[in-house]
Order: sequence, then structure tokens, then C-alpha cells
Amino acid sequence: MIRAENIHKSFGENQVLKGVDVDFYKGKTNLIIGRSGSGKTVFLKTILGLFDPEEGDIYYNEERLGTMSKERRKFLHQEIGMVFQGGALFDSMSVAENIRFPLEMFSNMTEKEKDARVKFVMDRVRLEGADAKYPSEISGGMQKRVSIARAISMSPHYLFCDEPNSGLDPETAIVIDQLIQEITHEFDMTTIVNTHDMNSVLEIGDHVIFMKEGLKVWEGTNDEVLSSTNADVEDYVFKSKLFKQVRQALRK
Amino acid sequence: MITNFFEGIGAYAILMTKVFRRPDRWRLFFKSLTKEIQLLGLDSIGIVVILSVFMGAVVTIQTAFQLSDDPLIPTYYIAMATRESITLEFSPTVVSLILAGKVGSNIASSLGTMRVSEQIDALEVMGVNSASFLILPKVVALLVFNPILIIMSLFLGLWGGAMAGDLLGLVPFEESVMGYRLEFIVFENAVYGLIKATVFAFIIGSVSAYSGYSVKGGAVEVGVASTNAVVRSCLAIILANFLLTDMILT
Repeated sequence: MIRAENIHKSFGENQVLKGVDVDFYKGKTNLIIGRSGSGKTVFLKTILGLFDPEEGDIYYNEERLGTMSKERRKFLHQEIGMVFQGGALFDSMSVAENIRFPLEMFSNMTEKEKDARVKFVMDRVRLEGADAKYPSEISGGMQKRVSIARAISMSPHYLFCDEPNSGLDPETAIVIDQLIQEITHEFDMTTIVNTHDMNSVLEIGDHVIFMKEGLKVWEGTNDEVLSSTNADVEDYVFKSKLFKQVRQALRK
Repeated sequence: MITNFFEGIGAYAILMTKVFRRPDRWRLFFKSLTKEIQLLGLDSIGIVVILSVFMGAVVTIQTAFQLSDDPLIPTYYIAMATRESITLEFSPTVVSLILAGKVGSNIASSLGTMRVSEQIDALEVMGVNSASFLILPKVVALLVFNPILIIMSLFLGLWGGAMAGDLLGLVPFEESVMGYRLEFIVFENAVYGLIKATVFAFIIGSVSAYSGYSVKGGAVEVGVASTNAVVRSCLAIILANFLLTDMILT
């Protein structure tokens, strides 16, 4: 479990986070939604420790991130997997080398064990036969799958995904969403997904947090999103014609 | 502007303290080092060969043009003056300036691209010291290979000078060899050049890496960083050249 308490973060005069309190639950897909500029990415990077908050604390299983020793923090990072918006795959490495990289860096596995682990995660994300290809030679959907495979190669306890299906066609986006949810439940991870894709929210949102102007304004489940009476959530969710029709259908 | 300059110096110093840390995995460090020696060192041999041979030839022709009017000056003095110019200045400084352009822009653009495509963030999230992992092999590769390139450049420059002198009828080849050997002082002519080559290698690697690693933005900023890397490295080399010459030779 991850807990964020009263997180404040500014960049110069611009106050991006204005006191966010959220609990992210283990074994659940926790989604952060909100408009562009609502502070989602800054919040995610603050939880990850890439930004230091000016006020407030992050707790990983009741362990405070701000007061962790360097060594402990380094160890914690090995328990974290991250799927970046653009994939962030290493261009100079093949698909298999990308997935193997965390194992080479941090594990004490034998070469055989590393090979087996790479094969396992590649099979798990359905990437068979892509080992020797380079990131520039594969599609966007495959890049996302490689990114997920790399993120889970060290069997992390925490998985972070920043806009995992941005730039993907709807079908591939659903495949990626389902994959994230499957591995979250399978490996009992605490997963946090940053998204503004309503399909993802309805498909995999075990726990949904809505952010607006640096504050959490609502939280609930994917089922509760459609029936929420919060004006900000309604405004966000029912912006498109499709969802307006869904709301009308639900009210009937 | 002055504040920016000092902030930049501070950020560079902080980055260097992160770079010079014990690598997490020596095996991966040596793997990267081998790659960087290939990319930054071996791939620069071609340009160093061409530059050095023609630079030696031009220096010989210009020196001959200045000295050949006086019949009292022996022709091997042309070769001796050529040697001094090449070993003291042309090979270590000019070759390093050219490498600052070729290698510096390569380092800055590759690190800048990694920064804007979040590859550096990915390393940080994994718990990898990205500065050390990415920059240290580049700096070490340059420290190892730049002196080798400069030694190569010295020999090729002198050979180019002797060949040009002989082919153009300015200085016979044997007299060039005699002039090159005349009053040759190992420290002044060779070690001094190597000291400069090592310092310049560090400047090229670290300044260019700083320019690329600290990029914020997108493709345009990567281009700006690449240009900045070359300009900053060249300025730092010129300044260091002045300081080293003053410290070592006077």
C-alpha cells in the first residue's frame, strides 16, 4: 500500500499540488484521472521520489519515503516498475536486452535464470519472437508491452503507469489495460495508473481518484464514476456525446 | 547572465560528483566503456588521420615560405620549426577542438535525446545512478583514447610535413627527419602535449555530457544543447590551453 499525505509541490510561482491525500491499495488498479494540467504526472513523479514535495509525506507500507536512507531508497526503487508514456525504452538495446537490463543491474541470478525470467515475462505480455528487434522496429503497442515486461521483470511490489495507452488504437489500448489489470491481480501489486482515457477508467478502475487543479476532488470505483453526483466528475466524464447518451440510458 | 553562468558551474560540479561514483556493476561499466571507445575513439581515427597529415603539410609549407628566403638558414630548421608547432600546439589543441565538435555533439545529442524521451527517468526509477551509468564510461573512454589519438596525430602530422616538404622540393625527407630529431626534449615536445590531451579529453566528455544531461524540453532543446556542448567545450579548451601553457612552460 502507498499513502500520500498532504502533498504540496510547486515549480517557481506555479503551485501544482495543493495538499493531496490519497491511499493506493495493494492488489488493485488505482487510477488517477483528471484534465491535462491537473497535476497527475507531477503527483505520480512525486510518489516515485523523482520530485521532492515541499510539504507532506509519502509512505510505502508505512515507511516514510522522505526519511529513508539512500540505500533503502535504492532498494525500494528495485521494487518499483514504471511504464512511461512514451515507453522510455533504451534505443540502443534490443527488446530482450531492455527487459533483461534490470536483472543485469540488480539481481544475482545466473545467466540461465535471467534467460528464463526474460522468456517468462515476454510470454506473459505476449511478445514471443520479438527478442532481437529494436524499439524503433516495433509498433507503439508492442513498445508499451516491452515497457510493461521490463517493469515487471524484477517482480516489483509497485507498478506505476503514466498514460499507458496514449497514442494507441482503441483495440490495443484495451489489450494494454487488461494486461495491466491481469498482472496487478496476478502478482498482487499496488498499481497506480495515470490516465485520461474513460475507457480505461471503466475497464480497469478498481479505485479511481479524480484530480483537479492540484487537489483530489473525488474518489471511488469505476462503477461509481458513472453515478457520481460530483459536479467536476460529471463535467469531466460526460463531456463526450457517447457518455452523455450512456448517462441518459442509465437514468432511464 | 552572470548568475546563469555561476548556476551552470554549480550544476556542472554537482553533476560531476554524481558521475564519479563507483559503478553499480563493473561488468556493465566495462561493456559500456568498450562501446564508447568504439564510438568516441575508434570512429574518430579517420578524421584525425586526414586532419593531421594535411595540417603537417600546411605547417611545413608555411614555415618554408617564411624561412626559405634566407640562404643562411639550413632547410632542416624548417622541419624543426614544424615539429615545434605540431607537437606543442597543433596536434593537442587543434585535434581536440575538432573532436569537441564531432564527439561533443554526439555525447550531448545522445544524452539529450535520452532525457527528453524519459530514458534517464526510467534509469532513475529503477534506482540506477544515471549520471554515473551514462557519463562515466564516456569520460573514461575519452581519457583513455584521446591521448592515443594525439600521439597518432603527432606522428602523422610530422610524416605529412616531411612528405609535403619532399614532394614539393622544399625540404628533403632525410633533412626533415634530421630536423625533427634536433634538440628534441621529451617533456616539452611529448609529455606536455599528452598532459594537454588528457585535460582536453576530460573537458570534451564532461562539458558535453553536462549540456546533454541537463536538457529540458524537446527536439529543439536537444539541438540547442548539442550546439552549446560544442561551443562550451571549445571555449573551455581554449581557456585551459592558455592556463596549461602558462603553468607548464613558464
